[in-house]
Amino acid sequence: MRLKIILALCTLSAALLAMDLYRIFLIVPDEASQGPIFRIIYFHVPAAITSFTGFYVAMFSSIGFLMTRNLRLDAAAAAINEVSLAFATVTLVTGSIWGRVIWGIWWTWDPRLTSFFVCWLIYVGYFMLRRAIDDPTARARLSAAFSIFACVDIVLVWKSIEWFRTQHPGPVLEIRGGGGMAPGMESPLWWNLLALLMLSAALILVRMRQEAMQREIDSMRRFAHAF
Amino acid sequence: MSFLRQALAIAAKDLRSEVRSKETVNASLSFALVILLLFSFAFDPDSDQVREIAGGLLWLVFAFAGTLILNRSFARELVNDCLDALIASPVSGAQLFLGKCLANYTLLIIVECISLPVFAIFYNVRLPHSLLLLFLVMLLGTWGITVIGTLFSAMTVNLRLRELMLPTLVYPLLIPALMGAIQLSSVLIAGDPLGEQNLFWFRLLAGFDVIFTFLALLLVEIVLVG
Amino acid sequence: MSPASAVAIEGVWKYYGDFPALRDITFDVKAGSCLALLGRNGAGKTTLLRILAGLSKAARGTITILGGDARAEKTRQRIGILGHGIGVYEELSAFENLRLFGRLYGVDDPRKTATEWLERTGLDRVRDGLVREFSRGMRQRLAVARCFLHNPSVLLLDEPFTALDDRAIHVLQELLKTALAEGRTIIMSTHQLREALELATDVALINRGKLGFRGERTWEMLEDPGWLYRHYGEA
Repeated sequence: MRLKIILALCTLSAALLAMDLYRIFLIVPDEASQGPIFRIIYFHVPAAITSFTGFYVAMFSSIGFLMTRNLRLDAAAAAINEVSLAFATVTLVTGSIWGRVIWGIWWTWDPRLTSFFVCWLIYVGYFMLRRAIDDPTARARLSAAFSIFACVDIVLVWKSIEWFRTQHPGPVLEIRGGGGMAPGMESPLWWNLLALLMLSAALILVRMRQEAMQREIDSMRRFAHAF
Repeated sequence: MSFLRQALAIAAKDLRSEVRSKETVNASLSFALVILLLFSFAFDPDSDQVREIAGGLLWLVFAFAGTLILNRSFARELVNDCLDALIASPVSGAQLFLGKCLANYTLLIIVECISLPVFAIFYNVRLPHSLLLLFLVMLLGTWGITVIGTLFSAMTVNLRLRELMLPTLVYPLLIPALMGAIQLSSVLIAGDPLGEQNLFWFRLLAGFDVIFTFLALLLVEIVLVG
Repeated sequence: MSPASAVAIEGVWKYYGDFPALRDITFDVKAGSCLALLGRNGAGKTTLLRILAGLSKAARGTITILGGDARAEKTRQRIGILGHGIGVYEELSAFENLRLFGRLYGVDDPRKTATEWLERTGLDRVRDGLVREFSRGMRQRLAVARCFLHNPSVLLLDEPFTALDDRAIHVLQELLKTALAEGRTIIMSTHQLREALELATDVALINRGKLGFRGERTWEMLEDPGWLYRHYGEA
């Protein structure tokens, strides 16, 4: 049953992505000031939104774990954070490429990209913490606490970097100075977002299955040692 | 209030230990001096450029030297299983945490107060007339570092790679507080007036301190016991 | 839980991930009794004691000590613990250590109590000496003082006789006998069957997380300490 859900999500996601790729490359015209590279926004922004949403959904899963102590909620939190971290990496890479093409530099300290980089660092820390703890119950408890701290902190990170940039302006990754896109050009962005959300749901389910198996192996090993 | 009294008893114990051994403060101060020295190779200490980045330099020194103190905070309780003795006592996790924060804060401020004039001397930075404001920034910023650092010291106390993990976990989370402290310090050291714009950083620092103190007090029992 | 129970353990489970370190542990300890908690290494004795001491939480089940929850402040004021580590600070003096714990445990006059206990454990001559300069025996006696100074009604001891020198064993045995005579309750995990069984009125055996045996300490157990393991232990 679960396998079927995963396959369904992957297929739908692939179909949507294929459809969007077709539209993005063949139908949507070049943007006036930026040229072809602006198409990267169709992956950069959905990846960013998916990633960000994931971190906060994982926080709620962590809070759920602390209230119920059900290890499956911890597995969910870890899986969601891992997939979100992957999408955060995609955000950073696509943002970097975009900046390179437009301004000729690989990194511009654009406020959103910088905030994403900090998020990325924080969650790399999250996984380092998880790896350092052997006892699964303690691991779940401590990473849940960390997740709550991280999500509260990210809000402050975002605000502080934004304000810093208003005081020290620099290049910003945007379409036409932040104004909206022409109506016809916007829809692939939202379809892509849906596709990425489905893809991440599929990946999360796969990852949770792995966590459950790891827990089983772990408890069998402890059992064997006890004998 | 009994809550505060117990926390102060623990803070006093930590400070008394530190006064006797002096290990942590000495290590932290030496580290601060070494960093100041190394930075002087990177920047020409006489240039005006230094004034612009003075805030950043100062807080990098404070943050790095502070981590030494914070790392030891809960780790020193592992000797003789004292941490177990403390947790089993009627003292709550929050009291234990607050006591340790107060002790760490005191030690950090001492290290900073010694580092600041040394910094001014090495880099030929005239300390501003608004020294009081700079001190306020130090008080606010250091509390943020203390709260996060102490909580993560508790979180990583039983881990193998404790010393490696604490900086990796703590610095990204401190970015809002460090940014605020750096911006304000740079402006104050340059002798410029604090405009409307910079009030945001004060609010950020204060907000950071309040939010994370509250959150830490809430979560510390879960971190220490379960 | 009957009114005379000092410690009531009900359906306690403890997990490490999916592995149950303690499985459905249920038993009572009457006030004024001394329970020897036996079991092989890794059976779960220390895990159970840590939960009783409030150092960790059970995943399932309830623990009631002196009518209250194990983690409640009022309960912990009446529990004394003695674990593997001595639980005293190296850079503080004997007096400062006892005064600190006196304060933390809400003792009426921490200084006076600290001085009293230094005398009772024969450490009054070194009251201002730093613990890091103490011999092993002196540290052990200080640990015992720390455990008893707040007049605890329940004592939780994790292998207390292991690594004690003769003088410290004697001091501890006398203190425990007096404590029992005063109606205090003792739960003691141990490998040293002889010394523990002498003091014990009751016995509980833990086999791989499950309660294998719970009953009174009999003469057979005292005469032949291995008896219990042979009859109720697992291979």
